[in-house]
Amino acid sequence: MKSNQLTLKFTSLAENVSIARMLIASVAAQLDLSLNDIEELKVVVSEAVSNAIIHGYHNEPGHIVHLTLDIDPEALKITVKDNGCGIPDIEQALQPAYSTDPERMGLGFVFMQSFMDDLQVESVVNNGTTVTMVKFLDRTKPSSH
Amino acid sequence: MDVVEFFRENCSTGGVTMQFEKKLERQTLLLRLKGDLDLRTADSLRVAIDTEIDKRGVRTVILNLQDVQFIDSSGLGVLLGRYKKLLPLGGKLKITNVPTHIFKIMELSGLPKIINFYPDETLASEEGRGA
Ligand SMILES: Nc1ncnc2c1ncn2[C@@H]1O[C@H](COP(=O)(O)OP(=O)(O)OP(=O)(O)O)[C@@H](O)[C@H]1O
Ligand SMILES: [Mg+2]
Repeated sequence: MKSNQLTLKFTSLAENVSIARMLIASVAAQLDLSLNDIEELKVVVSEAVSNAIIHGYHNEPGHIVHLTLDIDPEALKITVKDNGCGIPDIEQALQPAYSTDPERMGLGFVFMQSFMDDLQVESVVNNGTTVTMVKFLDRTKPSSH
Repeated sequence: MDVVEFFRENCSTGGVTMQFEKKLERQTLLLRLKGDLDLRTADSLRVAIDTEIDKRGVRTVILNLQDVQFIDSSGLGVLLGRYKKLLPLGGKLKITNVPTHIFKIMELSGLPKIINFYPDETLASEEGRGA
């Protein structure tokens, strides 16, 4: 399999979250992943992109979110980047049920951690946040024809 | 059922992302949801339910999720929020017809431990009625 990279750059609008999900679902389908894996990948992309819009940009329209998919034979890497407010305490933000919004459940990072093999969060206050998630691809599986 | 309303939501960029079919009978609201329950649609669902609770005194809310294609934390937050709103009013939130792939996501959130799930609308509306 050849390496592949796709980037989707979009405005911080709620309706773009489903477009981001469509991209990951199409890519995941090409990788021969199970329906369950595809569902989980849609959830993690939805969570990271929603966080960028809701928290990073405080639901203001007109800011830019970047979604990058890096595919190689071993792994699928998903990167979601915003240039928003940043996270002052990443360790605290990653705690299950932690949220700065009383209406929210603090589930986003729980899903990202459970469904992916690796999660990295880099953030600088007033500069932005980059979330990088990796899913290892099973190479032992015989390829379908 | 006294009132049947169909509400279709369109977004400016094109596709319909969620549709509600709403039935109201006395203090019971039944909503059949269709589509994706995410950041785009969570708010309109919250408003649709809260309006019935606040303005019409609805105390039992039954949500049929049979045609829900996708849910994430924004959708789950609205469900838990309605449960929390109804609780002090002596009301109830009931969820029916949850597709397997949606239930898997819900399970991780712990929601099925708090909210009552039913296989279908009939079982949900019978339970707790004391008929
Ligand atoms: N891109 C981001 N920019 C700024 N802050 C963020 C970002 N992503 C997450 N956070 C912070 O991390 C917290 C935890 O995020 P997480 O997604 O786990 O929960 P949530 O978004 O608050 O709730 P839920 O995901 O259940 O709706 C958020 O409340 C927010 O304070
Ligand atoms: Mg979140």
